[in-house]
Amino acid sequence: MKTQIKINGKLRTFEVEPDEYLVDTLRKHHYYSVKKGCDTSSCGVCTVLLDGKPIASCSYLSVKANGHAVTTVEAIEEEATHLAELFGKEGADQCGFCNPGLALTVHAMKKELTDPTDEDIREYLVGNLCRCSGYVSQHRAIKAYMEVRES
Amino acid sequence: MKIEAYTVPTDLEEAYQLLQKEDAGIIAGGAWLKLLPKTLVHGIDLSGLKLDTINETEENYTIGSMVTLRQIETHSSLRTYMGGVLQEAISHIMGVPIRNIATIGGTVAGRYGFSDLLTPLLALRANLVFYKKGQITLESYLKEAPKEKDILLQVIIKKEYGKANYTTVKKTANDFPILNVSVMKIGTHFRVAVGARPSVATLATKTMAYLNESKALTEEVIEKAAAIAVEEIKFGSNARGSKAYRTQLCKVLVERGIKEVAYENTN
Ligand SMILES: Cc1cc2nc3c(=O)[nH]c(=O)nc-3n(C[C@H](O)[C@H](O)[C@H](O)COP(=O)(O)OP(=O)(O)OC[C@H]3O[C@@H](n4cnc5c(N)ncnc54)[C@H](O)[C@@H]3O)c2cc1C
Repeated sequence: MKTQIKINGKLRTFEVEPDEYLVDTLRKHHYYSVKKGCDTSSCGVCTVLLDGKPIASCSYLSVKANGHAVTTVEAIEEEATHLAELFGKEGADQCGFCNPGLALTVHAMKKELTDPTDEDIREYLVGNLCRCSGYVSQHRAIKAYMEVRES
Repeated sequence: MKIEAYTVPTDLEEAYQLLQKEDAGIIAGGAWLKLLPKTLVHGIDLSGLKLDTINETEENYTIGSMVTLRQIETHSSLRTYMGGVLQEAISHIMGVPIRNIATIGGTVAGRYGFSDLLTPLLALRANLVFYKKGQITLESYLKEAPKEKDILLQVIIKKEYGKANYTTVKKTANDFPILNVSVMKIGTHFRVAVGARPSVATLATKTMAYLNESKALTEEVIEKAAAIAVEEIKFGSNARGSKAYRTQLCKVLVERGIKEVAYENTN
Protein backbone atom coordinates (compact mmCIF):
# COMPACT_ATOMS: atom_id res chain seq x y z
CA MET A 1 0.00 0.00 0.00
CA LYS A 2 1.34 3.40 -0.96
CA THR A 3 1.93 5.41 2.21
CA GLN A 4 3.19 8.97 2.44
CA ILE A 5 4.73 10.08 5.71
CA LYS A 6 6.50 13.32 6.49
CA ILE A 7 9.51 12.12 8.45
CA ASN A 8 11.57 14.78 10.19
CA GLY A 9 10.15 17.38 7.82
CA LYS A 10 10.81 15.40 4.63
CA LEU A 11 7.95 13.80 2.68
CA ARG A 12 8.70 10.12 2.04
CA THR A 13 6.67 7.61 0.05
CA PHE A 14 6.81 3.92 0.95
CA GLU A 15 5.17 0.74 -0.23
CA VAL A 16 4.06 -1.00 2.98
CA GLU A 17 2.21 -4.21 3.83
CA PRO A 18 -1.23 -3.75 5.46
CA ASP A 19 0.06 -5.42 8.65
CA GLU A 20 3.42 -3.67 8.76
CA TYR A 21 4.23 -1.65 11.87
CA LEU A 22 5.79 1.78 11.82
CA VAL A 23 8.92 0.69 13.69
CA ASP A 24 9.68 -1.82 10.93
CA THR A 25 9.03 0.64 8.11
CA LEU A 26 11.27 3.22 9.76
CA ARG A 27 14.11 0.79 10.43
CA LYS A 28 13.84 -0.65 6.90
CA HIS A 29 14.46 2.87 5.65
CA HIS A 30 17.48 3.39 7.91
CA TYR A 31 15.94 5.32 10.81
CA TYR A 32 17.94 3.15 13.18
CA SER A 33 17.53 5.43 16.19
CA VAL A 34 14.03 3.91 16.46
CA LYS A 35 14.73 0.77 18.48
CA LYS A 36 12.85 -2.49 18.56
CA GLY A 37 12.46 -3.81 22.11
CA CYS A 38 9.52 -5.72 23.56
CA ASP A 39 7.41 -5.35 20.39
CA THR A 40 4.28 -5.27 22.59
CA SER A 41 4.18 -1.55 23.42
CA SER A 42 5.40 -2.18 26.95
CA CYS A 43 8.96 -0.80 26.92
CA GLY A 44 8.85 2.49 24.98
CA VAL A 45 12.17 2.17 23.12
CA CYS A 46 10.30 2.41 19.80
CA THR A 47 8.70 5.76 20.73
CA VAL A 48 8.43 8.34 17.93
CA LEU A 49 6.31 11.47 17.74
CA LEU A 50 3.23 11.34 15.51
CA ASP A 51 2.07 14.89 14.84
CA GLY A 52 4.04 15.86 17.93
CA LYS A 53 2.62 13.19 20.25
CA PRO A 54 4.58 10.21 21.53
CA ILE A 55 3.38 6.84 20.23
CA ALA A 56 4.72 3.29 20.47
CA SER A 57 5.70 2.70 16.83
CA CYS A 58 5.76 -1.09 17.37
CA SER A 59 1.99 -1.02 17.85
CA TYR A 60 1.07 1.54 15.21
CA LEU A 61 0.33 0.30 11.72
CA SER A 62 2.40 2.09 9.06
CA VAL A 63 -0.68 2.70 6.88
CA LYS A 64 -2.21 4.66 9.74
CA ALA A 65 0.68 7.14 9.50
CA ASN A 66 -0.29 8.00 5.91
CA GLY A 67 -0.63 11.79 5.68
CA HIS A 68 0.89 12.38 9.13
CA ALA A 69 4.20 13.74 10.42
CA VAL A 70 6.64 11.48 12.23
CA THR A 71 9.56 12.78 14.28
CA THR A 72 12.54 10.67 15.30
CA VAL A 73 15.29 11.76 17.67
CA GLU A 74 17.45 13.08 14.78
CA ALA A 75 15.01 15.97 14.34
CA ILE A 76 15.37 17.16 17.93
CA GLU A 77 19.16 17.03 17.94
CA GLU A 78 19.67 20.19 19.99
CA GLU A 79 17.24 19.14 22.76
CA ALA A 80 18.54 15.56 22.76
CA THR A 81 22.13 16.80 23.07
CA HIS A 82 21.15 19.00 26.00
CA LEU A 83 19.39 16.07 27.66
CA ALA A 84 22.40 13.81 26.99
CA GLU A 85 24.68 16.35 28.69
CA LEU A 86 22.41 16.37 31.72
CA PHE A 87 22.35 12.55 31.69
CA GLY A 88 26.16 12.59 31.69
CA LYS A 89 26.26 15.08 34.54
CA GLU A 90 23.91 12.99 36.66
CA GLY A 91 25.56 9.67 35.77
CA ALA A 92 22.31 8.57 34.14
CA ASP A 93 23.73 7.16 30.92
CA GLN A 94 24.32 3.44 30.82
CA CYS A 95 23.75 1.31 27.70
CA GLY A 96 21.80 4.09 25.96
CA PHE A 97 19.30 1.79 24.24
CA CYS A 98 16.28 3.60 25.74
CA ASN A 99 17.66 7.10 25.11
CA PRO A 100 16.11 7.97 21.72
CA GLY A 101 12.59 6.94 22.77
CA LEU A 102 12.98 8.53 26.18
CA ALA A 103 14.33 11.79 24.71
CA LEU A 104 11.29 12.04 22.42
CA THR A 105 8.84 11.40 25.26
CA VAL A 106 10.63 13.91 27.49
CA HIS A 107 10.58 16.44 24.62
CA ALA A 108 6.80 15.96 24.25
CA MET A 109 6.33 16.15 28.03
CA LYS A 110 8.15 19.48 28.20
CA LYS A 111 5.76 20.91 25.63
CA GLU A 112 2.72 19.49 27.40
CA LEU A 113 3.36 20.03 31.12
CA THR A 114 4.17 23.24 32.89
CA ASP A 115 5.80 23.04 36.29
CA PRO A 116 5.34 19.28 36.69
CA THR A 117 5.78 17.62 40.07
CA ASP A 118 8.07 14.60 40.56
CA GLU A 119 4.96 12.47 40.42
CA ASP A 120 3.76 14.08 37.15
CA ILE A 121 7.13 13.33 35.55
CA ARG A 122 7.18 9.73 36.78
CA GLU A 123 3.63 9.19 35.61
CA TYR A 124 4.29 10.63 32.15
CA LEU A 125 7.36 8.44 31.68
CA VAL A 126 5.96 5.19 33.03
CA GLY A 127 5.86 3.71 29.52
CA ASN A 128 9.57 4.30 28.84
CA LEU A 129 11.54 1.58 30.56
CA CYS A 130 15.31 1.61 31.11
CA ARG A 131 16.76 -1.90 30.99
CA CYS A 132 19.75 -0.73 33.07
CA SER A 133 17.17 0.61 35.58
CA GLY A 134 18.89 3.99 35.95
CA TYR A 135 15.67 5.68 36.92
CA VAL A 136 16.81 7.81 39.86
CA SER A 137 19.66 9.52 38.04
CA GLN A 138 17.56 9.81 34.88
CA HIS A 139 14.87 11.49 36.92
CA ARG A 140 17.33 14.07 38.28
CA ALA A 141 18.55 14.84 34.75
CA ILE A 142 15.03 15.07 33.35
CA LYS A 143 13.97 17.38 36.16
CA ALA A 144 16.86 19.67 35.32
CA TYR A 145 15.89 19.51 31.64
CA MET A 146 12.31 20.43 32.51
CA GLU A 147 13.69 23.34 34.57
CA VAL A 148 11.53 22.27 37.48
CA ARG A 149 11.66 24.82 40.24
CA GLU A 150 12.38 23.36 43.64
CA SER A 151 9.73 24.41 46.12
CA MET B 1 -2.07 -10.31 13.63
CA LYS B 2 -2.15 -10.63 9.88
CA ILE B 3 -4.14 -8.30 7.66
CA GLU B 4 -4.74 -9.28 4.04
CA ALA B 5 -6.65 -6.23 2.78
CA TYR B 6 -6.85 -2.84 4.47
CA THR B 7 -9.67 -0.36 3.92
CA VAL B 8 -10.31 3.06 5.39
CA PRO B 9 -13.99 3.69 4.55
CA THR B 10 -15.38 7.21 4.62
CA ASP B 11 -18.96 6.00 4.64
CA LEU B 12 -20.52 4.17 7.60
CA GLU B 13 -22.78 1.94 5.54
CA GLU B 14 -19.81 0.89 3.42
CA ALA B 15 -17.86 0.05 6.58
CA TYR B 16 -20.81 -1.91 7.97
CA GLN B 17 -21.34 -3.92 4.77
CA LEU B 18 -17.64 -4.78 4.62
CA LEU B 19 -17.74 -5.86 8.27
CA GLN B 20 -20.42 -8.45 7.49
CA LYS B 21 -17.96 -10.38 5.31
CA GLU B 22 -16.30 -13.46 6.74
CA ASP B 23 -13.04 -12.74 8.59
CA ALA B 24 -13.61 -9.00 8.41
CA GLY B 25 -12.80 -6.97 11.50
CA ILE B 26 -12.62 -3.42 12.76
CA ILE B 27 -9.27 -1.79 13.46
CA ALA B 28 -9.39 1.11 15.92
CA GLY B 29 -6.01 1.97 17.49
CA GLY B 30 -4.92 -1.55 16.55
CA ALA B 31 -2.74 -1.86 19.66
CA TRP B 32 -4.56 -4.82 21.19
CA LEU B 33 -5.27 -6.50 17.84
CA LYS B 34 -1.54 -6.63 17.23
CA LEU B 35 -1.14 -9.08 20.08
CA LEU B 36 -3.79 -11.50 18.80
CA PRO B 37 -3.02 -14.57 16.68
CA LYS B 38 -5.64 -13.59 14.15
CA THR B 39 -5.94 -13.07 10.40
CA LEU B 40 -8.19 -10.31 9.16
CA VAL B 41 -9.06 -10.89 5.52
CA HIS B 42 -10.62 -7.43 5.55
CA GLY B 43 -9.22 -4.96 8.06
CA ILE B 44 -11.58 -2.00 8.38
CA ASP B 45 -9.90 1.09 9.80
CA LEU B 46 -12.46 3.51 11.26
CA SER B 47 -10.13 6.54 10.99
CA GLY B 48 -12.06 7.98 8.01
CA LEU B 49 -15.43 8.17 9.79
CA LYS B 50 -14.85 11.26 11.94
CA LEU B 51 -15.40 9.39 15.19
CA ASP B 52 -12.48 11.01 16.96
CA THR B 53 -14.04 13.93 18.81
CA ILE B 54 -15.51 14.57 22.26
CA ASN B 55 -18.64 16.71 22.28
CA GLU B 56 -19.92 18.30 25.43
CA THR B 57 -23.40 19.71 26.06
CA GLU B 58 -25.13 20.76 29.30
CA GLU B 59 -26.46 17.20 29.66
CA ASN B 60 -23.86 14.85 28.17
CA TYR B 61 -20.39 14.01 27.05
CA THR B 62 -20.49 12.21 23.72
CA ILE B 63 -17.20 10.46 23.07
CA GLY B 64 -16.53 9.18 19.54
CA SER B 65 -15.35 5.58 19.49
CA MET B 66 -12.01 6.54 17.86
CA VAL B 67 -11.16 8.99 20.64
CA THR B 68 -7.88 7.93 22.25
CA LEU B 69 -7.47 7.37 25.96
CA ARG B 70 -5.06 10.29 26.03
CA GLN B 71 -7.68 12.60 24.48
CA ILE B 72 -10.02 11.74 27.35
CA GLU B 73 -7.45 12.23 30.09
CA THR B 74 -6.37 15.59 28.70
CA HIS B 75 -9.83 16.90 27.71
CA SER B 76 -10.45 20.26 29.34
CA SER B 77 -13.53 19.23 31.33
CA LEU B 78 -13.83 15.43 31.04
CA ARG B 79 -10.45 15.19 32.73
CA THR B 80 -11.84 16.73 35.90
CA TYR B 81 -15.39 15.39 35.65
CA MET B 82 -16.49 13.67 38.88
CA GLY B 83 -13.25 14.48 40.60
CA GLY B 84 -11.23 13.23 37.61
CA VAL B 85 -12.29 9.59 37.92
CA LEU B 86 -11.76 8.74 34.24
CA GLN B 87 -8.39 10.46 34.17
CA GLU B 88 -7.38 8.56 37.29
CA ALA B 89 -8.35 5.21 35.76
CA ILE B 90 -6.66 5.96 32.42
CA SER B 91 -3.46 7.13 34.10
CA HIS B 92 -2.93 3.54 35.24
CA ILE B 93 -2.98 2.16 31.68
CA MET B 94 0.57 1.63 30.44
CA GLY B 95 2.34 4.83 29.33
CA VAL B 96 1.49 7.90 27.27
CA PRO B 97 2.85 6.37 23.98
CA ILE B 98 0.22 3.62 24.12
CA ARG B 99 -2.55 5.87 25.46
CA ASN B 100 -2.05 8.04 22.36
CA ILE B 101 -2.97 4.98 20.25
CA ALA B 102 -5.55 2.97 22.23
CA THR B 103 -9.14 4.09 21.76
CA ILE B 104 -12.28 4.04 23.88
CA GLY B 105 -14.02 2.04 21.12
CA GLY B 106 -11.38 -0.70 21.25
CA THR B 107 -11.65 -0.68 25.04
CA VAL B 108 -15.42 -1.11 25.12
CA ALA B 109 -15.66 -3.54 22.18
CA GLY B 110 -12.83 -5.64 23.61
CA ARG B 111 -14.83 -6.21 26.85
CA TYR B 112 -11.51 -6.93 28.54
CA GLY B 113 -11.60 -8.38 32.01
CA PHE B 114 -8.41 -6.48 32.85
CA SER B 115 -9.77 -3.09 31.89
CA ASP B 116 -9.10 -0.08 34.11
CA LEU B 117 -11.52 2.16 32.22
CA LEU B 118 -14.62 -0.05 31.99
CA THR B 119 -15.05 -0.07 35.79
CA PRO B 120 -15.65 3.70 36.26
CA LEU B 121 -17.55 3.86 32.94
CA LEU B 122 -19.91 1.25 34.35
CA ALA B 123 -20.36 3.18 37.58
CA LEU B 124 -21.04 6.31 35.48
CA ARG B 125 -23.81 4.32 33.74
CA ALA B 126 -22.35 4.99 30.30
CA ASN B 127 -24.46 4.32 27.23
CA LEU B 128 -23.25 3.02 23.90
CA VAL B 129 -24.45 3.95 20.43
CA PHE B 130 -24.05 1.31 17.73
CA TYR B 131 -24.66 1.94 14.04
CA LYS B 132 -27.44 -0.66 13.62
CA LYS B 133 -28.40 -1.65 17.16
CA GLY B 134 -28.78 1.94 18.33
CA GLN B 135 -28.37 2.87 21.99
CA ILE B 136 -27.78 0.29 24.73
CA THR B 137 -26.31 0.48 28.21
CA LEU B 138 -22.69 -0.47 28.81
CA GLU B 139 -23.99 -2.65 31.62
CA SER B 140 -26.05 -4.83 29.28
CA TYR B 141 -23.27 -4.91 26.67
CA LEU B 142 -20.79 -6.22 29.21
CA LYS B 143 -23.26 -8.80 30.53
CA GLU B 144 -23.87 -10.43 27.18
CA ALA B 145 -21.58 -10.67 24.18
CA PRO B 146 -23.37 -9.30 21.13
CA LYS B 147 -24.09 -11.83 18.39
CA GLU B 148 -24.24 -9.48 15.42
CA LYS B 149 -21.26 -7.59 14.05
CA ASP B 150 -21.87 -3.88 14.50
CA ILE B 151 -19.88 -0.66 14.72
CA LEU B 152 -19.68 1.21 18.01
CA LEU B 153 -20.01 4.90 17.20
CA GLN B 154 -20.16 6.69 20.54
CA VAL B 155 -19.98 6.36 24.27
CA ILE B 156 -22.36 8.72 26.06
CA ILE B 157 -21.91 9.84 29.63
CA LYS B 158 -24.83 11.68 31.16
CA LYS B 159 -23.60 14.53 33.32
CA GLU B 160 -24.31 13.97 36.98
CA TYR B 161 -22.99 15.66 40.04
CA GLY B 162 -21.44 13.77 42.86
CA LYS B 163 -18.25 12.21 44.11
CA ALA B 164 -16.33 9.32 42.59
CA ASN B 165 -13.45 7.09 43.51
CA TYR B 166 -11.28 4.66 41.53
CA THR B 167 -8.75 2.30 43.05
CA THR B 168 -6.69 -0.28 41.26
CA VAL B 169 -4.16 -2.76 42.56
CA LYS B 170 -1.30 -3.69 40.21
CA LYS B 171 2.00 -5.44 40.87
CA THR B 172 3.84 -2.93 38.68
CA ALA B 173 2.70 0.28 37.01
CA ASN B 174 2.69 -1.36 33.54
CA ASP B 175 0.87 -4.53 34.54
CA PHE B 176 -2.81 -5.42 34.30
CA PRO B 177 -4.83 -4.84 37.46
CA ILE B 178 -5.35 -7.62 39.99
CA LEU B 179 -8.59 -5.93 40.98
CA ASN B 180 -10.14 -2.51 40.61
CA VAL B 181 -13.11 -0.79 42.22
CA SER B 182 -15.02 2.38 41.47
CA VAL B 183 -17.49 3.83 43.97
CA MET B 184 -19.68 6.83 43.24
CA LYS B 185 -22.17 8.84 45.22
CA ILE B 186 -24.72 10.80 43.20
CA GLY B 187 -26.95 12.78 45.53
CA THR B 188 -27.83 10.20 48.15
CA HIS B 189 -27.32 7.23 45.84
CA PHE B 190 -24.29 4.97 45.74
CA ARG B 191 -22.93 2.97 42.83
CA VAL B 192 -20.26 0.34 43.15
CA ALA B 193 -18.46 -1.32 40.22
CA VAL B 194 -15.79 -4.00 40.48
CA GLY B 195 -13.42 -4.98 37.65
CA ALA B 196 -10.53 -7.30 36.87
CA ARG B 197 -12.16 -10.02 38.98
CA PRO B 198 -10.44 -11.24 36.64
CA SER B 199 -13.53 -11.33 34.43
CA VAL B 200 -15.13 -8.19 33.05
CA ALA B 201 -16.36 -5.37 35.32
CA THR B 202 -19.77 -5.64 36.96
CA LEU B 203 -22.03 -3.50 39.12
CA ALA B 204 -22.48 -4.69 42.72
CA THR B 205 -26.25 -4.23 42.59
CA LYS B 206 -27.15 -5.79 45.96
CA THR B 207 -24.46 -3.71 47.66
CA MET B 208 -25.83 -0.59 46.00
CA ALA B 209 -29.40 -1.42 47.07
CA TYR B 210 -28.28 -2.05 50.64
CA LEU B 211 -26.39 1.25 50.82
CA ASN B 212 -29.22 3.20 49.24
CA GLU B 213 -31.77 1.77 51.66
CA SER B 214 -29.64 2.38 54.76
CA LYS B 215 -30.77 5.36 56.80
CA ALA B 216 -27.37 6.27 58.24
CA LEU B 217 -23.93 5.44 56.95
CA THR B 218 -22.32 3.98 60.04
CA GLU B 219 -19.10 1.92 60.21
CA GLU B 220 -21.28 -1.19 60.55
CA VAL B 221 -23.29 -0.34 57.44
CA ILE B 222 -20.12 0.21 55.42
CA GLU B 223 -18.65 -3.07 56.65
CA LYS B 224 -21.85 -4.91 55.86
CA ALA B 225 -21.95 -3.34 52.37
CA ALA B 226 -18.43 -4.61 51.66
CA ALA B 227 -19.42 -8.04 52.94
CA ILE B 228 -22.42 -8.07 50.59
CA ALA B 229 -20.15 -7.05 47.70
CA VAL B 230 -17.81 -10.00 48.15
CA GLU B 231 -20.76 -12.31 48.50
CA GLU B 232 -22.54 -11.20 45.35
CA ILE B 233 -19.53 -10.81 43.05
CA LYS B 234 -17.84 -13.80 41.48
CA PHE B 235 -14.05 -13.77 41.67
CA GLY B 236 -11.52 -16.06 40.03
CA SER B 237 -7.82 -16.86 40.06
CA ASN B 238 -5.17 -16.19 37.44
CA ALA B 239 -1.41 -15.62 37.31
CA ARG B 240 -1.81 -12.22 38.98
CA GLY B 241 -3.82 -13.19 42.02
CA SER B 242 -5.92 -15.89 43.61
CA LYS B 243 -9.66 -15.83 44.15
CA ALA B 244 -9.08 -15.57 47.92
CA TYR B 245 -6.72 -12.60 47.48
CA ARG B 246 -9.17 -10.80 45.18
CA THR B 247 -11.99 -11.39 47.65
CA GLN B 248 -9.97 -9.76 50.44
CA LEU B 249 -8.89 -6.88 48.21
CA CYS B 250 -12.45 -6.22 47.11
CA LYS B 251 -13.70 -5.99 50.68
CA VAL B 252 -11.04 -3.42 51.59
CA LEU B 253 -11.37 -1.37 48.39
CA VAL B 254 -15.17 -1.20 48.58
CA GLU B 255 -15.01 -0.05 52.19
CA ARG B 256 -12.41 2.58 51.43
CA GLY B 257 -14.29 3.71 48.32
CA ILE B 258 -17.54 4.20 50.21
CA LYS B 259 -15.78 6.19 52.93
CA GLU B 260 -14.02 8.35 50.36
CA VAL B 261 -17.17 9.37 48.50
CA ALA B 262 -19.57 9.38 51.44
CA TYR B 263 -19.08 12.83 52.79
CA GLU B 264 -19.22 15.73 50.34
CA ASN B 265 -19.75 16.52 46.66
CA THR B 266 -16.80 17.59 44.53
CA ASN B 267 -18.68 19.14 41.59
C1 LIG C 1 0.38 -4.04 25.82
C2 LIG C 1 -0.95 -3.52 26.26
C3 LIG C 1 -1.23 -3.40 27.62
C4 LIG C 1 -2.46 -2.91 28.05
N1 LIG C 1 -2.70 -2.75 29.39
C5 LIG C 1 -3.88 -2.28 29.82
C6 LIG C 1 -4.15 -2.08 31.21
O1 LIG C 1 -3.34 -2.33 32.08
N2 LIG C 1 -5.38 -1.61 31.56
C7 LIG C 1 -6.34 -1.33 30.62
O2 LIG C 1 -7.41 -0.90 30.98
N3 LIG C 1 -6.11 -1.49 29.31
C8 LIG C 1 -4.92 -1.98 28.88
N4 LIG C 1 -4.70 -2.16 27.55
C9 LIG C 1 -5.83 -2.04 26.61
C10 LIG C 1 -5.99 -0.68 26.00
O3 LIG C 1 -6.35 0.23 27.00
C11 LIG C 1 -7.11 -0.71 24.92
O4 LIG C 1 -8.31 -1.07 25.54
C12 LIG C 1 -6.83 -1.67 23.80
O5 LIG C 1 -5.57 -1.41 23.24
C13 LIG C 1 -7.90 -1.62 22.71
O6 LIG C 1 -7.93 -0.38 22.08
P1 LIG C 1 -7.44 -0.26 20.56
O7 LIG C 1 -7.85 1.07 20.07
O8 LIG C 1 -6.02 -0.65 20.47
O9 LIG C 1 -8.37 -1.38 19.87
P2 LIG C 1 -8.06 -2.40 18.67
O10 LIG C 1 -6.90 -3.27 19.01
O11 LIG C 1 -8.03 -1.69 17.37
O12 LIG C 1 -9.44 -3.24 18.72
C14 LIG C 1 -9.76 -4.07 19.84
C15 LIG C 1 -11.05 -4.85 19.50
O13 LIG C 1 -12.16 -3.99 19.47
C16 LIG C 1 -12.82 -4.02 18.20
N5 LIG C 1 -13.26 -2.65 17.93
C17 LIG C 1 -12.49 -1.54 18.02
N6 LIG C 1 -13.23 -0.43 17.78
C18 LIG C 1 -14.49 -0.86 17.53
C19 LIG C 1 -15.71 -0.18 17.20
N7 LIG C 1 -15.78 1.15 17.10
N8 LIG C 1 -16.83 -0.94 17.00
C20 LIG C 1 -16.78 -2.29 17.13
N9 LIG C 1 -15.66 -2.99 17.42
C21 LIG C 1 -14.52 -2.29 17.61
C22 LIG C 1 -11.76 -4.55 17.24
O14 LIG C 1 -12.33 -5.15 16.10
C23 LIG C 1 -11.01 -5.52 18.12
O15 LIG C 1 -11.70 -6.74 18.21
C24 LIG C 1 -3.46 -2.59 27.09
C25 LIG C 1 -3.17 -2.68 25.72
C26 LIG C 1 -1.94 -3.14 25.28
C27 LIG C 1 -1.67 -3.21 23.82
